[in-house]
Amino acid sequence: MSASAKAANDAPRRALEFTDAHEIFRASVRRFFETECAPQQHAWEEAGVAPRAIWKRAGELGFLCPRVEEDYGGLGADFLFSVILAEEQARAGVIAPMLPLHSDVMAPYIANYGTHEQKQRFLPGMVSGERIGALAMTEPSGGSDLQAMLTHARRDGDDYVINGSKTFITNGACADLIVLAAKTDRGAGGRGISLFLIETDKAQGFRRGRTLEKLGQKASDTAELFFDDVRVPAAALLGDVEGRGFAQLMERLVEERLMAAVSSSAMIDRALALTIQYVKDRRAFGKRVLDFQNTRFRLAEAKTEATVLRVFLNRCIVDFMAGELDAATAAALKYWATEQQCAIVDDCVQLHGGYGYILDYPIAKMWVDGRITRIYGGANEIMKDIIGRTL
Amino acid sequence: MERECAPHRAAWQKAGRVPPEAWRKAGEAGLLCTKMSPEYGGSGGDIYHCLIIIEEQVRICFNEIAFYLHSDIIAPYIELYGTDDQKQRYLPRMATGEFIAAIAMTEPGAGSDLQAIRTSARSDGNGYLLNGQKVFISNGQVANLICVAAKTDTTAGGKGISLFLLETEQAEGFTRGKNLNKIGCKAQDSSELFFDNVRIPPENLLGGVEGQGFAQLMRRLPEERLIMSMAAVAMMEEAVKETAQYVGAREAFGRKLADFQNTRFKLAECKTKALLGRAFLEHALDSFLEGTFDTTQGAMIKWWTTQRQCEVVDECLQLHGGYGYMMEYDIARRYADARLGRIAGGTNEIMKDLIGRTL
Repeated sequence: MSASAKAANDAPRRALEFTDAHEIFRASVRRFFETECAPQQHAWEEAGVAPRAIWKRAGELGFLCPRVEEDYGGLGADFLFSVILAEEQARAGVIAPMLPLHSDVMAPYIANYGTHEQKQRFLPGMVSGERIGALAMTEPSGGSDLQAMLTHARRDGDDYVINGSKTFITNGACADLIVLAAKTDRGAGGRGISLFLIETDKAQGFRRGRTLEKLGQKASDTAELFFDDVRVPAAALLGDVEGRGFAQLMERLVEERLMAAVSSSAMIDRALALTIQYVKDRRAFGKRVLDFQNTRFRLAEAKTEATVLRVFLNRCIVDFMAGELDAATAAALKYWATEQQCAIVDDCVQLHGGYGYILDYPIAKMWVDGRITRIYGGANEIMKDIIGRTL
Repeated sequence: MERECAPHRAAWQKAGRVPPEAWRKAGEAGLLCTKMSPEYGGSGGDIYHCLIIIEEQVRICFNEIAFYLHSDIIAPYIELYGTDDQKQRYLPRMATGEFIAAIAMTEPGAGSDLQAIRTSARSDGNGYLLNGQKVFISNGQVANLICVAAKTDTTAGGKGISLFLLETEQAEGFTRGKNLNKIGCKAQDSSELFFDNVRIPPENLLGGVEGQGFAQLMRRLPEERLIMSMAAVAMMEEAVKETAQYVGAREAFGRKLADFQNTRFKLAECKTKALLGRAFLEHALDSFLEGTFDTTQGAMIKWWTTQRQCEVVDECLQLHGGYGYMMEYDIARRYADARLGRIAGGTNEIMKDLIGRTL
């Protein structure tokens, strides 16, 4: 790589302060994904789920919930450790186990909003991998429109009785601890939503539906969940106060969207690296595919987009760590990162020619796996709505 | 800008130039050569002064005033590469606006492909004789100091190119063609220039050494492209702001345009591009001040911001409906002005070529 290309690559990273501890962590995370997860992806796709053993292994290595405080079994690490985990998972092409969902989407609900008892009871198991987490918001009739949810939790003495169904729940088949959104007050709109901690092995009336067959991300289990008069103790209410659920969900979405962009950015880097290598190796009409002007221009565009995104992402990470990332900027980031991911990966498939359509080639898999990013974490249309409201 | 330029916008656009008096007023106000050392009459500022001037002119939709070309693109050639004598002779009077500068690189047969220029400067022991022609030269009508790229050795490719400082007054054999009629940037004069045995004294060879021109030009281009991206980012932001105001006021089918989902989504997309552009620009400015801003980064920011600028301005024009097509609306002017960004400073195709070489 020329000096100037190297500078362009390195420069955007300067904003983030990765220390030696981060880099050591990154090296071991990379080894874990490359040697223990990537070779198994095909088998886990066939099974439609990753085995529990790999979750425990990740826990042993300290790769689950690194930000959880030491009092509750975690490393008390900073946000960059989560960034590293998400980046390395994407870089290795590992879909399952879906660690970010467990560590960065679900666990923070308990860590941030849970009572001391809830933290003590659940976090150590999430750190060790004995418990696998999922977050159940979406319902068959309500996705991005959370306030329309129908699942209901009725107070009954010292208990709540929960009825309803959820769908598209990531880790839904393997999770044994679920943060569940339900209405405790049907008349109060967003303020009527509360979150509950459901231990699936103790929840009578809880049932998992089929594991849904998805377009991509086949090694990750996505399931329907049914709650039929599921009785939980009042202590299962996250944080002990009703009606906070909507605000908690909204507050957490900023980070979830930031993390989605971290993954997207790493996916783009991977797609580019794969494609640049491919067009250097592959010959057509007597020259390397890279030697065609169209190839160079497409890749120059993609490389620039990757750089622009990385600069913006790093800025957002720094702002987030300072507590200053607002919802509209996070929405802009998520929308842009995922659109770019899909557009660039599509271009990369094109540059691979027929091989790009063959699932043995990682770029083909990235193409099908990537499509969900424009839908999850709030559809990109919702992102535009959020940005549009600030204009 | 508001007091001295905005009121004259229509007149200057009709005249096709910013008059020399306005340049001198800008000089008096300290708006020319802000980055130049005070030793030569500049303000000793940095690249942020350039940014402020560009942002302010874009804000009043006077996008094409070329103070930056004079101050931040041409003056640095003399300050960085000129001899002491050249600096003394030209820089102070550039800071006051007495000298208005242009740089003449492009020729009818050579645009981005600079090595193909044919203008020649033949040494005859008593200076140089300049022959050839240039085209699309900004400030070409008003400039009285022109930095001309010419071949001192027609067999040496890039290494045969030298830069000359031509004072146009009393330059026999020098003629200006007509002020070219452009799509936009109407107050920015652009000309053909003709050189027919124009005599240039030896002391007007920039830096005093032949064959340095190509390297000098190449070294300055990243900064020139960074400056172009400032205008692109500023224009995206202004276009979004103006359009948000317009759709907030304008009604159709019984509600505000802003209340239609498409309007909000399109503006959200534009706003996102502006946000990314601003973050990328700030990052580039940091790199520039650290001295690490390079050709690849310059190419990336130039093509990306000017491309996005055109997309954003086009969407914003669309949201203005029929009014967007009327030149009395700023958005129409921005649309016409923005188009140049993807061509000037090395076409965006050249930018991609530069980036493509690093893959």
